[in-house]
Amino acid sequence: MADTQREALITGIGIVSCLGEGADAHWQALSAAQPRADTTAFAPYIVHPMAPLDYDKQIPKKGDQRQMEPWQRIGTYAAGLALESAGVKGNAELLAKMDMIVAAGGGERDLAVDSAILSGRGKAPSPDAFLNERMMNDLRPTLFLAQLSNLLAGNISIVHNVTGSSRTFMGEESSGIDAVRIAVSRINAGQSDLVLVGGAHNGERWDLLMLYEFGHHNLKDKFAPVWERGPNGGFALGSMGAFLVLESRAHAEARGAKALAKISSIASDRSKRQPGTVTAALKKLWDGVAQRLKPGQFAVVSGASGAEPATSEERTFLTGQAKAPIRATGTYIGHGMEPQFPMNIALAAAVVSRGKLFPPGDKSGVESPTEAAVTQVVVTGVGHWRGESLALVENAG
Amino acid sequence: MSGKTDKAGRPIVVITGAGVVTSLGQGKADNWARLTAGESGIHNITRFATDNLKTRISGSVDFLKVDPFSAPSLTETLAATAAEEAVAQSNIGSRGDFPGPLFLAMPPVELEWAQRIEIAGKLNQENNGYDALLSVSGASQFAPYHERFLFGSVADHLADRFGTKGSPISLSTACASGASAIQLGIEAIRRGETDAALCIASDGSINAESLVRFSLLSALSTSNDNPQGAAKPFSKNRDGFVMAEGAGALVLESLESAQARGATILGIMEGAGEMADSFHRTRSSPDGKPIVGCIRNALADAGLVPDDIDYINPHGTGTSENDKMEAVGVMTVFGERAKQIPMSSNKSMVGHTLSAAGAVEAVFSLLTLEHQRIPPTINYNIPDPAIPIDVVPNVARDGRVTHVISNSFGFGGQNVSLVMAREPA
Repeated sequence: MADTQREALITGIGIVSCLGEGADAHWQALSAAQPRADTTAFAPYIVHPMAPLDYDKQIPKKGDQRQMEPWQRIGTYAAGLALESAGVKGNAELLAKMDMIVAAGGGERDLAVDSAILSGRGKAPSPDAFLNERMMNDLRPTLFLAQLSNLLAGNISIVHNVTGSSRTFMGEESSGIDAVRIAVSRINAGQSDLVLVGGAHNGERWDLLMLYEFGHHNLKDKFAPVWERGPNGGFALGSMGAFLVLESRAHAEARGAKALAKISSIASDRSKRQPGTVTAALKKLWDGVAQRLKPGQFAVVSGASGAEPATSEERTFLTGQAKAPIRATGTYIGHGMEPQFPMNIALAAAVVSRGKLFPPGDKSGVESPTEAAVTQVVVTGVGHWRGESLALVENAG
Repeated sequence: MSGKTDKAGRPIVVITGAGVVTSLGQGKADNWARLTAGESGIHNITRFATDNLKTRISGSVDFLKVDPFSAPSLTETLAATAAEEAVAQSNIGSRGDFPGPLFLAMPPVELEWAQRIEIAGKLNQENNGYDALLSVSGASQFAPYHERFLFGSVADHLADRFGTKGSPISLSTACASGASAIQLGIEAIRRGETDAALCIASDGSINAESLVRFSLLSALSTSNDNPQGAAKPFSKNRDGFVMAEGAGALVLESLESAQARGATILGIMEGAGEMADSFHRTRSSPDGKPIVGCIRNALADAGLVPDDIDYINPHGTGTSENDKMEAVGVMTVFGERAKQIPMSSNKSMVGHTLSAAGAVEAVFSLLTLEHQRIPPTINYNIPDPAIPIDVVPNVARDGRVTHVISNSFGFGGQNVSLVMAREPA
């Protein structure tokens, strides 16, 4: 980039997952190379459950917590961590001009109400009238707001006072990718100086497992690292929240903020998912960053989910092209859809800020040990159904 | 401004194509004729049983064929219909090859009762717990539901159909979504990333559950006995909004690109502003500051002052809260002039098209600029003394309109305003 003052620095990270809370806890867990998956709660389906969080720490009012379903609590909590990490929490002046882009799906349904309606309607004289009656009587009025996609952003505005702007992107993995992409583009172009970007996902949900079961995407029965899930593959849904504070270099330096890393490049695409199209999309994206890569100094943090055939195409591409150590974080934290990419940007920032990589998490040969210093990380994001992306996260310099 | 850039040195963004579908009809011509005739598109709901519901009316769009029916499928069909009109009018690119990105405002997606009931039918048992439902969800007959009920598939299909470039963005800022989609398009062109953007906002999400959700928040009119009179924005007897469906689409382009290819310029997208509200999940801050800030941000972005605005296209839903707070905001920004600037609510006729509203109303604002004629606020029989505003009561009128501001506000503290003009400033 010609104008270093408009570079997009990462000045705040707020992440929560099954590995715990904050970049340090994630680093320690990744360094211990111990995946934390739950094979019993939703058996035969495998999920990565959220680590216990003390929500009071970031959402002090119980009334606010009650208005949210878990995905919103996770996200509002992670957003608070990010603001704290950037040193802007409670800074009214900065929060009033802070832009926000949230990647979101929808919230949890009331499972008991749904099941009771399904069981009762067959016996009702008029099934449709019964459905209406039960919904009018049994749905909590506030549940709607706890489900509504843009209400994670709404809750962040209410709890943390981020009010410069508020936009919610939807669309599974791509929404998280494009949220970061648009945030970086706006900073690079001078349309924004300070952005909170990220998302949240509750992977411990029967209704979500159902959606992905339609497509046979859920990992069942036996846990394995993402590269070792065989021809049918599958992802293990992960509960996670990931927010980044992105800031122009000029703005960060003016307020004396510490840069954890910078996002030097990010691009996304949408291939039609015919055989070879993921590989072709990744190749094109890779060519876009290749000139910036310093051989021997970069690593790949892959967002591979385990879904097939996307994961196999990514594996083939990376093992052929990257000539660098590869790590798939999905083995540890599962697949979180919307926040997956922001989470991996955060983990990449943790890598470059420490200058080294965590150990391999598979035995198939994709991931190999390295002691080399790492100053650059290529982050991949390949959606289970659509969406491909690459970002380059570097030491902020 | 010098030539192709605005006062801030950014590329001027123009509109070269527009399309719209509402309960009043398909296309700009039909909609404009009925809108300026003061007609209502609100009717009794026939799509689903309304027994035990407090509200039994809507502005659903029932004249487009969608099979199998679901909210994302109707949303997609509405979006495609509006976008076909917009893209054809702009005559940009070639068929199926739109030279820019897609920004799509749409409602959130989830599995619906029809599918849930179908899946439970496969179980055919007393226990309909989700673990049981899940055990049969992998059956091949349900495979299409994966793609259909992803949030991303509506935009994916539209991107295929129109050949837009790059990763399409689906977004929601609740009832401000349509304006946000346009704002993202404006910003992309100003960044120089693209010469053109296809901005669509669509909502086909009226079903029993979505209606119940708004009903439980006491947001909906219950004037079931007089559907066409139910939406009463700014009236003292307003009793809520009327859910509606529709879509609006705009082809945005840099002025430079539009002129270079000899396109007809329909209007200028002068600016956009937003400000989030941290007061409450569904209510506006009582001091009106976020609404005021949003309008002022939009004016500043457009390089204008309040005196430049001569028509306000309000959010104007017909809820007690919205109309009061919007009037407070407008009166704060425009001062004494607020009483003279015409401000008429399209929602009195088409209902509240939710995620689509911002774009539907941007298209209507564009038509207002084109025809120099202001559609009315219908059903305005009992003025609210707390809202001393010229709502263009009940009958359309001619008027000189040079700069329009169109407001959109949504649950979750979402506020977005757009500023549009007929000619470059």
